[in-house]
Amino acid sequence: MAITDDVLVIGGGIAACTAALSAAETGARVRLLAHKKSTLRQASGLVDVLGYAGGDGPLSDPFAGLDALPEGHPYRVVGEDGVRAGLRVFDEAVGDAYRGGHTDSNALVMTHGGAVKPTARYPESVAPGLASSPGDTLLVGFAGLTDFDAPVAADHLAAAGVPFSARGVTVEFPKRFRADAKVTRFAKALDRDEEVDGGTVRSVLADTVAEELDGESRVGFPAMLGDDHAEAVREELSDRLGVPVFEVPTGPPSLLGLKLEDILFDALDEAGVRISAGNPAVDFEADDGRVETVIVDQKSRPTPYSADQVVLATGGLVGKGLDSDRESVTEPVFGCHVPHPEDRYDWSEPEAFGDHAFARFGVVPDDELRPTDEDGEPHFENLRAAGGVVGGADVAREKSASGVSLATGAVAGRLAGEEATR
Amino acid sequence: MKKSPSVLVIGGGSTGTGIARDLAMRGLDVTLVEKGNLTHGTTGRMHGLLHSGGRYAVSDQASAKECIEENRVLRRIAGHCVEMTGGLFVQRPEDSDEYFEKKLEGCRECGIPAEVLSAEEAREIEPYLAKDIKRAIKVPDGAVDPFRLCVANAASAVEHGARIETHSEVTDVLVEGGEVVGVEVTHQTGTGPYVHGEPGEVEEIRADYVVNATGAWAGQIGDFAGVDVEVRPSKGVMTIMNTRQVDTVVNRCRPKGDADIIVPHETTCILGTTDEEVEDPEDYPEEGWEVDLMIETLSELVPMLAEARTIRSFWGVRPLYEPPGTGTEDPTDITREFFLLDHADRDDLPGMTSIVGGKLTTYRMMAEQISDHVCEKLGVDAECRTADVPLPGSEDFTVLRDYMDDFGLRSPIGRRSAQRLGSRADEVLNSVDPNPVVCECEAVTRAEIQDALDTAGTELNSVRIQTRASMGNCQGAICCHRMANELAPEYDEETVRASLDDLYQERWKGERHAMWGTQLSQTALKHMLHAATMNRDEDPAAADADIDFAAFDDGGASEDDASGVASGGAVADGGRRRAADRDDDALGGADGDN
Repeated sequence: MAITDDVLVIGGGIAACTAALSAAETGARVRLLAHKKSTLRQASGLVDVLGYAGGDGPLSDPFAGLDALPEGHPYRVVGEDGVRAGLRVFDEAVGDAYRGGHTDSNALVMTHGGAVKPTARYPESVAPGLASSPGDTLLVGFAGLTDFDAPVAADHLAAAGVPFSARGVTVEFPKRFRADAKVTRFAKALDRDEEVDGGTVRSVLADTVAEELDGESRVGFPAMLGDDHAEAVREELSDRLGVPVFEVPTGPPSLLGLKLEDILFDALDEAGVRISAGNPAVDFEADDGRVETVIVDQKSRPTPYSADQVVLATGGLVGKGLDSDRESVTEPVFGCHVPHPEDRYDWSEPEAFGDHAFARFGVVPDDELRPTDEDGEPHFENLRAAGGVVGGADVAREKSASGVSLATGAVAGRLAGEEATR
Repeated sequence: MKKSPSVLVIGGGSTGTGIARDLAMRGLDVTLVEKGNLTHGTTGRMHGLLHSGGRYAVSDQASAKECIEENRVLRRIAGHCVEMTGGLFVQRPEDSDEYFEKKLEGCRECGIPAEVLSAEEAREIEPYLAKDIKRAIKVPDGAVDPFRLCVANAASAVEHGARIETHSEVTDVLVEGGEVVGVEVTHQTGTGPYVHGEPGEVEEIRADYVVNATGAWAGQIGDFAGVDVEVRPSKGVMTIMNTRQVDTVVNRCRPKGDADIIVPHETTCILGTTDEEVEDPEDYPEEGWEVDLMIETLSELVPMLAEARTIRSFWGVRPLYEPPGTGTEDPTDITREFFLLDHADRDDLPGMTSIVGGKLTTYRMMAEQISDHVCEKLGVDAECRTADVPLPGSEDFTVLRDYMDDFGLRSPIGRRSAQRLGSRADEVLNSVDPNPVVCECEAVTRAEIQDALDTAGTELNSVRIQTRASMGNCQGAICCHRMANELAPEYDEETVRASLDDLYQERWKGERHAMWGTQLSQTALKHMLHAATMNRDEDPAAADADIDFAAFDDGGASEDDASGVASGGAVADGGRRRAADRDDDALGGADGDN
C-alpha cells in the first residue's frame, strides 16, 4: 500500500524546502522526496532576489524591479506578496545564520573573482565584508588554492569603484596538502585547529596575516574558515587580528551552500516534515486529472507515494528537473510541457553571456503555479511547480536564483497545504 | 665568417615549424612568421590521428607508404606527443567483402602491418563495437597531439637559433627585379616571447629565400606575389566525446564517406568527419547537421555513441591541392599527397616555394623535402637530422617513473603531467611550489600552466592547447578563472580579466555544438557559476556607469552592531544530512552520475 500524506514535495533544494515548510505551516502532513545532493553545493550560499531587471542594475531595491520583468516571469505570477512570503519563510528558517532581513535593500557582496553583486540575504560570516559597507579591506588568499587570487580580487574591487581601499596578499597556509586538496581539507584543519610548526593552524595563520595587516579595518578569506566549527574559527582569528574577519563566497564545492542545506533540513525536521531521501521519483499514476501516486525508484523497486497535493521542485537543467536531447526539452517526471525553440541552435546565443533561451527553459505555470499544457490548461488539478523547474526567468543574469525558488516555493507550498487541509 | 643564408618561413603550423626546425638544425638563419599563435590554422583543428597509412592503402598508395614510414619516425622522435593506440578497420555486414580484401592487400603492398580479426577478437579489444560487425583489420594507427608537436618543433628551432614571430600577419610579398626578396608583416596584438613587434607596426623582413607553408591560406600568399596557387580548402567537422568510448582508433572499412573514424585522444574521443569544399578557409558555415551525422553514422560502429555525451565540436580546413587541370569534383577524391611548387619553375618567379597538400603525419617528411630543395637553391650542403634527433620533451623516456612520490601529486595527476611533458617533467614540475591542481578535469597543475605561459604570453588559448586545461568535461566552468589568475602578478588585473573573457568566449563557441542532454546541464551550471556566483556578465568594473554604493544595504552598520562579527547567531549544526562525501569533486557538477 502506498505511503500517504497530504502534501508531497519532490526535490531537495531551496524551492522544495521552502514549499515543504510553507505547506507545513497550514497544518498539512508533508513529505519531502529528495533524490540526491541538491545543487546547493554548487551555489555560493547567497540569497539573491533581484539584482538586474529591464536593463537596469545593480538594483538597490529588488522590489522596485519587479514590474520591469517580462510577462510570464515567475515573479509576475506570484507578485510582490509572493516574493515577500518566500523571504519570510526563509528568514524564519535560518534565524541569525543569515543577515539582510533588516532592510528591503540589496547588499553588494564581493565575489571570489573580485566583482561585486547585489544580493538580499547573506551568511553572517559574509556580513562584515559587504562591499556596500565601507571599511579598508585586506583580502587573504592561499598559495595552494587557485580559485581565489586575493591580489587580483582586490584590484578588481578597486576597478569596480568600491568606496574603500582593498589590498590582497597571498600567504602559505600553515599546513601543506596534496596538489589536489579541496577547500574542505583546509576547512577541516581549521576546524580541528591541527598542530603545526610554531603552534596550531589558527594561531600560525593569524600570526602570518597579522604581519601583512597595514591599518585595514577588516580581513577577508575565501569561504573555507572551518566547517563544523566555523564560528569559533572566525572568532579566534578576529580576536587575534583585532579586526573583523569575513568570508568571500566561492564556487563549488561551496561550504556556505552546504551549510545552508543543513540549516534548511534542520528547519524541516523542526516543522515535522517527513523526509524520504536517496531515491528518484520516476513515474506517477493519475486519475481524473489528478495525480494520485508518485512512483519512486527504490533500488529498482517501484515504491508508490500518494498525496492529496503534489509540488514539483526538482530543479532546472542543472538539477536535472529538466532533461533534453538533440530535438527537445522535457520535464521527465510528469512530462509537463516545456516550450523551446525547434532548432537547438536557437537555445543559446553566440555571445557567452547573451540572452540564452536555455536559461529560461521550464514549465509554464498558471496563476496557481500549476504547470500547463500547450493550450494553457493545467496538466493536473493538484500538481504545482516551484524553483528551477519553472521557466521564464534567467536567474543567473537577473541575480534572482534563490529568490525565485523561495517565492514560488512559498506560494506553491501554501496553496498545496491549504487545498489539502480544506 | 660568412653569414648564413636567410630563409623566411610563412606559417606556424606543423609544416612551418617542422621546416623552421629542419633548416635551423642545418645552420641556416631562419625566421618564421605566423599570423595567430602556433597551430592557429589547420594544425590546431584536426582529429589527432597518427596514420598508419591504412586509410590510403587502397586509394592512394603513395600517401600510404609515406604515412607508415613517418608513423615510425614520430614514435621515435616525438614519443611525448604520440599515443600508440592501434587501429581497427571494422567491416559491418553491409560493407563489401571485396573492399575489405583490397584494404588488406593494399596494407600489405604498402608495408603496413595488418592482421585480420574475427568479430569476437575485435570486440575483445573494443568491447563496445556493435554486436553485428563482421570482422576487422588491425593496423598501427595512433593518436598524436598536434599542439605539443608544433610547440616542440618551434622550441627546437629556437634552440638552433631561429626567430619565431607569432601574431605577425604577412600583408605583402616583396618582389623586386622579378624575384621574391622577403615579406611585409603587420604585427598584431599579442604577448609572449614569440611576439616582438608593436600592434599595428609594419615590418619588412628580407630573406634569401621564402617558403610559403600556409596550407589552406597558400592561395592568399600567392596572390600577394602575383602567382596562382589553387588550394581547395575543404572543411571537416570533429565532435568531441566526454570520455574514451574506445581506446583504439576505429575506422569504418568502406571506400569513402563521411563520419567514418573515431580517434581516442587524451581523455576524450574525437568523431570525424566531413569533407566539403569551402570558398574561404576562415569563413564557412558550421552546421548542426554535421554533428548529427557524426553521432548517427558512427553509432553504427559503436552503438553507445548514440546516447553518449559530447562536449563540443569544431571544424578544420584541409589544405587540399591538385595540379592544374586535374578537375576532381568531389573533394574526397583529391589526393592527400603534398606538392612542392617552386615558383621559379612554375611561374618564372624565383625566390619562393609553396608547399601544399599533405597531412600532419607526414609533416616532417614534407619539411625535409622542402628543406632539401631550399638548401639546393641556396647552395648549402647540409644533412637533414630531424628523423633521428628527438624533439624537446622526447629525449629520454626513462624519466617516466613514479611522480606521485617525487611531486606530492596523486598518481593520475603525476602520470598525466609526465605524459604531457615527457622528458621535461622534472624541470617543469620542480619549478613551482606549492603546485596545486588548476584544471581538475584534465589534471593540470600550476607548474604546467606557468610553463605554458612562458611561451603563450597572455594568451590563455595557447596555454589551453599546450596543457589541455579547460578542455575537459566542464569546458572551463571550474578552471577558466583559475587559469587567468595564473597571469598575475606578472600581468595586471585588467589583463587577467580580458584574457579570461577571451578564453571563456572561445570555449563557448565550440560548446554551442554540444548543448543538449547532460552537456546542456553542464552549460547551465557554467552559466550559473560565471553569471550568478561571479557576476561576470554584469561586472561593474566593465560597466560605464558608477554604482552608488551608499544606496545599498550596509549590513545595518548605521543601526546596531557595527562589525556584525560573530555576534552569536546560532548556526544550526545539524550533521545529519551533511554528506559524508563532501570531498567529492565538484566536476561535472550537473553530472552527478558520471
